Amino acid sequence: MESGCSKKLLDLIPQEKKWGFIENQNGISHGSSEEKKLELKLGPPGEEDEPLVSFGYFSSMKSNAKQAHNKFPPAQEDHRGGAVLTASWAKNHHHQPKPPNCSQKRTAPGPVVGWPPIRSFRKNLATTSKLASESPTSLPHKVAIERKPAAPETRGKGLFVKINMEGVPIGRKVDLKSYDSYEKLSTAVDELFRGLLAAQRDPSADGPKQEEEKVITGVLDGNGEYTLVYEDNEGDRMLVGDVPWHMFVSTVKRLRVLKSSELSVINLGSSKKGKMVQN
Amino acid sequence: MSEQMSDDDERQQSPPSDLDFTSNKARTCIVTGSVSGHTEFQSPYPDQVLENVLENVLHFLTSRRDRNTASLVCKSWYRVEALTRSELFIGNCYAVSPARATARFTRVRALHLKGRPRFADFNLMPPDWGAHFNPWVLAFAKACPWLEKVYLKRMSVTDDDLATLAESFLGFKELVLVCCDGFGTSGLSIFVSKCRQLKVLDLIESEVSDDETDWILCFPEGESHLESLIFDCVEYPINFEALERLVARSPSLKKLKLNRYVSIGQLYRLMVQAPQLTHLGTGSFSPSEIAGQGDQEPDYVTAFAACKSLVCLSGFREIIPDYLPAIYPICANLTSLNFSYANITAEQLKPIISNCHKLQVFWVLDSICDEGLQAVAATCKELRELRVFPVDAREDSDGPVSEIGFQAISEGCRKLQSILYFCQRMTNAAVIAMSRNCPDLVVFRLCIMGRHRPDHVTGEPMDDGFGAIVMNCKKLTRLAVSGLLTDKAFDYIGRYGKLVRTLSVAFAGDSDMALKYVLEGCPQLQKLEIRDSPFGDAALCSGLHHYYNMRFLWMSSCRLTYQGCQQIARAMPRLVVEVIRSADEEEMDVCVQTLYMYRSLEGPRNDAPKFVTIL
Repeated sequence: MESGCSKKLLDLIPQEKKWGFIENQNGISHGSSEEKKLELKLGPPGEEDEPLVSFGYFSSMKSNAKQAHNKFPPAQEDHRGGAVLTASWAKNHHHQPKPPNCSQKRTAPGPVVGWPPIRSFRKNLATTSKLASESPTSLPHKVAIERKPAAPETRGKGLFVKINMEGVPIGRKVDLKSYDSYEKLSTAVDELFRGLLAAQRDPSADGPKQEEEKVITGVLDGNGEYTLVYEDNEGDRMLVGDVPWHMFVSTVKRLRVLKSSELSVINLGSSKKGKMVQN
Repeated sequence: MSEQMSDDDERQQSPPSDLDFTSNKARTCIVTGSVSGHTEFQSPYPDQVLENVLENVLHFLTSRRDRNTASLVCKSWYRVEALTRSELFIGNCYAVSPARATARFTRVRALHLKGRPRFADFNLMPPDWGAHFNPWVLAFAKACPWLEKVYLKRMSVTDDDLATLAESFLGFKELVLVCCDGFGTSGLSIFVSKCRQLKVLDLIESEVSDDETDWILCFPEGESHLESLIFDCVEYPINFEALERLVARSPSLKKLKLNRYVSIGQLYRLMVQAPQLTHLGTGSFSPSEIAGQGDQEPDYVTAFAACKSLVCLSGFREIIPDYLPAIYPICANLTSLNFSYANITAEQLKPIISNCHKLQVFWVLDSICDEGLQAVAATCKELRELRVFPVDAREDSDGPVSEIGFQAISEGCRKLQSILYFCQRMTNAAVIAMSRNCPDLVVFRLCIMGRHRPDHVTGEPMDDGFGAIVMNCKKLTRLAVSGLLTDKAFDYIGRYGKLVRTLSVAFAGDSDMALKYVLEGCPQLQKLEIRDSPFGDAALCSGLHHYYNMRFLWMSSCRLTYQGCQQIARAMPRLVVEVIRSADEEEMDVCVQTLYMYRSLEGPRNDAPKFVTIL
């Protein structure tokens, strides 16, 4: 899972609902409250994002939502609403619910693990069936349906692979289908982890940052502080960049961003170019 | 397919299946051990007669609910019931240890075990969490050598376990593995070669690794007792010639479900050998590339027509719709049809479905669109169970089915008992209509794939729709909710869902009140699985009165803290409270990623991996 605390998407949406509820606590019923109509926003607060689902009548809600966003305290506890709501029946309980003090994590729009709840062997149906109907004689295109939980998930057309960076406890996921080259993947690594890495180095940063966020470069050529490594379908660790991109995509199971200085210690698998050609 | 279709076997028993293990009376009995029967209860001759009579009578009790009740009458009944129980069902393999189970039930013939929680199927739990079959097979091998049948769901089974099964139980007859993993073709090879009395080998939605062993060839020569062979989940080619010979020498074979590596031409050859089949999984339902274009196509229609007993049809893993007309002869007899791998259109479906008057179970892809569902509603008046799966399982994909098809089904299929429906948009009106048109609903699972999506016509939350379901469907025991839901929906569930045993919640609710309503309002609640909903420690505390009556509670990506979970663990010593984090996270956070807790007589398990912390 990407974050320890589910604090991405979940933070924003229920919070907005709570704000709506509090504001209308006097007399306005649940169903008819305008604020109840949910504005689905998937970016961090204050950003101009397209709603995930755009219904016509939501456009009028946008101005309301923007207001809510500005009220929303970005870097603080996300439980103010929760605290207000639970206060009433918290009286009945001996212990005060202490809201988890989880710092705001960067929200990434996009698919969520395990949603919709379809088992992995039921996915990829569009590809297998379509291939069968297009070319009846080409059965060898049987797509091997990946069912191991640790392996990349292919939802529809995406190929999601876990990526972890040394020193950062939170892992991320990347959709390899949305890149077509190693350079783009390398840029993505920088985008995904730059902020997190900076937060790790200076966790007390609140307000003006004492240390600038350092750009993560050189992950492919061994010159940077970090190097990109992957685990293939045989469980071996390999340096990223040796084989053509499409071959890499077909065998990669997991990505890791490791400190270049530690690389000699890590047991990297031997180059398996020969085997991959058989794919 | 019946095992696959009705995973709500809880219907057979309303109090939890292992209630007898946790009730006080039984607890005392167990704590004193199986010896209690002898040392504390000297039986003079007249009571011996009574026990013999009792034994003969209790043999006839099959329902495990009845048996649980009978065992609570008195020690004598407890002992006799234990001796006469031949089918042992354990809904959570960690609720009781193999030793305890074998000590009490010494004459078990059939063992039914369930392991991982259901949300593990959706990658919400790292692999290798547990649920190992190994300690069970070893314990039973020693204590119950006359075990004949094993049914496992969501458990890890190794090749060694399969070997042990085959070697320790001489008369072993049936093995059914549903959503299991950990074994491969080499384990299967050993198993089939040694089980000479094997009648049933059903591998359903399980992960089988390819050890490149020809397990079909390992079936012993000579006449086979096989009645059911299901391997549609095996993702590797099999030895077809060996399979053909096996089918030819299995006169009792009734159920055969092939995997997608069997072509339609090969299917034909098998059907010709086995026209007595009642359940058929057709494999790929497309030709292999070896069949040349000029070759004469076999007469598939005649082959199907010859299968006069065929009532359950599935497969179609790589369907070429041109071949669909082959099944016309048997449509009128079908009670169960699974098209959930067949990406077909409404036009392709209509000629088939218009003949399926007796159909009771129908699984299909949403590629048939609302129009296809309307066709189903027009013909299938006997429909009991419908499952509509998405071809494109993403939140923002086009939705070919909607409230239109849903409402049509409700109007046409009044006897509907179970529905699983994936869609992108829904309305309260359609759900309310179904609640009124289909009062026999026992299972209602609606998955609006976009998170927090409201009624797409009114913009309202989906509260009223689900509210109507719990209000009007008085037999409802299983419910899965989705879409935009406020606390109100849960208020309805708590108020009206008095028979609800299983509840699945995702991205729903506004506050702790929602969970509180459910925990306080649903006395029959046994299985509660929640993800990504804003419920915190206070809500968790509101269920303390009920957790011992439940099989499990799962909460992931909610607002629980370690402290909150610790509180529960301290308050309830017979609960095992597991906090699970992602496999690659080393740090413990204040927030709990996943809570999985369940009642158990054994305390914390000793096989927990390092990403699990038991409080």
